[in-house]
Amino acid sequence: MQQIVLDKLLEIRNARHAVAVVTHMQTGQQCLIANAEFTLRTGDDRKLWPENTVLIKAVGKAIRDDKSTRYPDANGDFFIAVYNPPKRMIIVGAVHIAQKLVPMAALAEFDVTIVDPRLAFATPDRFPNIVLTNDWPDVAMTKFAPDTRTAIITLTHDPKLDDPALAIALKGPAFYIGSLGSRRTHAARLERLQDMGFSDIECARIHGPIGLALGAKSPAEIAISIMAQVTQVLHAPAQPRSKN
Amino acid sequence: MTEQQTTAQQQDILTQAAAWRSAGRRVALATVVSTWGSSPRPVGSQLVVDGDGNMIGSVSGGCIENAVIHEASGAMKDGKTRLLEFGVTDEMAWEVGLACGGTVQVFVEPLD
Repeated sequence: MQQIVLDKLLEIRNARHAVAVVTHMQTGQQCLIANAEFTLRTGDDRKLWPENTVLIKAVGKAIRDDKSTRYPDANGDFFIAVYNPPKRMIIVGAVHIAQKLVPMAALAEFDVTIVDPRLAFATPDRFPNIVLTNDWPDVAMTKFAPDTRTAIITLTHDPKLDDPALAIALKGPAFYIGSLGSRRTHAARLERLQDMGFSDIECARIHGPIGLALGAKSPAEIAISIMAQVTQVLHAPAQPRSKN
Repeated sequence: MTEQQTTAQQQDILTQAAAWRSAGRRVALATVVSTWGSSPRPVGSQLVVDGDGNMIGSVSGGCIENAVIHEASGAMKDGKTRLLEFGVTDEMAWEVGLACGGTVQVFVEPLD
């Protein structure tokens, strides 16, 4: 590996972006792919590499699956090394569903943060060993800086708390945004967000009512349906999204 | 069960590699690129070695590290990459906490 590849790899990783190093193992030549684009390529023999679109697709899948993998191709024997930022989940609303969701998300290897400015809810007694913040949701979300490996979940169904969080969420690249609330609550929420200037396409990123339709009733079951949907979206092919 | 190498650990390994290189040390990087059967570390696990044999990270539960360090040292000298294959025997597997053996391929590259 050339120093220039390592430096660029660390630079992209430190900015919390997903990146893959593709190595042509017969020659040791390498390229870096981030955000579905070639960032750097060593060696000038373009014939060494599979067709760009083919390789970018394979790398996209490896990044989504979070799995480094061997990639044999007519052009040679390649290895795709995936470097993903850690998965994070930010939950707005330290409510009873959050108490069930937090341990499930932790088991699925998410770093979880809970946001609730209501001091009675976000207490270490209710949420031991979890990062809690009493900041207002838009302040907390801005500090948190969601990235492509972040899931954002609002559970308060109080517009005062959910809306500011969603407004920040929609401006960022989080892979999942979900909001608790009935169909009617969600429709009203979308109207408010549109009044704030968000388009239909932007608002369509919000999964609401949240969770897969499992017929979940209890807080634990609802948490399962949320976790199932987060998992499904994490591994689904990326949808085209507007860049803001 | 194989122990996952977390992204944070991976990051530390690469940061260490860059730091060693900046300090003027010779450095090589070893990566598990394929596994068959049970293997102690998953594909993508990495080990960084310097010219004095210092290492950080791992590509196995300890059973092939010595051989990998030896090859890494060769890679630092001749500047060439290597694709190594190791069989983990059932006996060795038992010692590193696996029920049975398997095969791992490790790609070794100098950092230049």
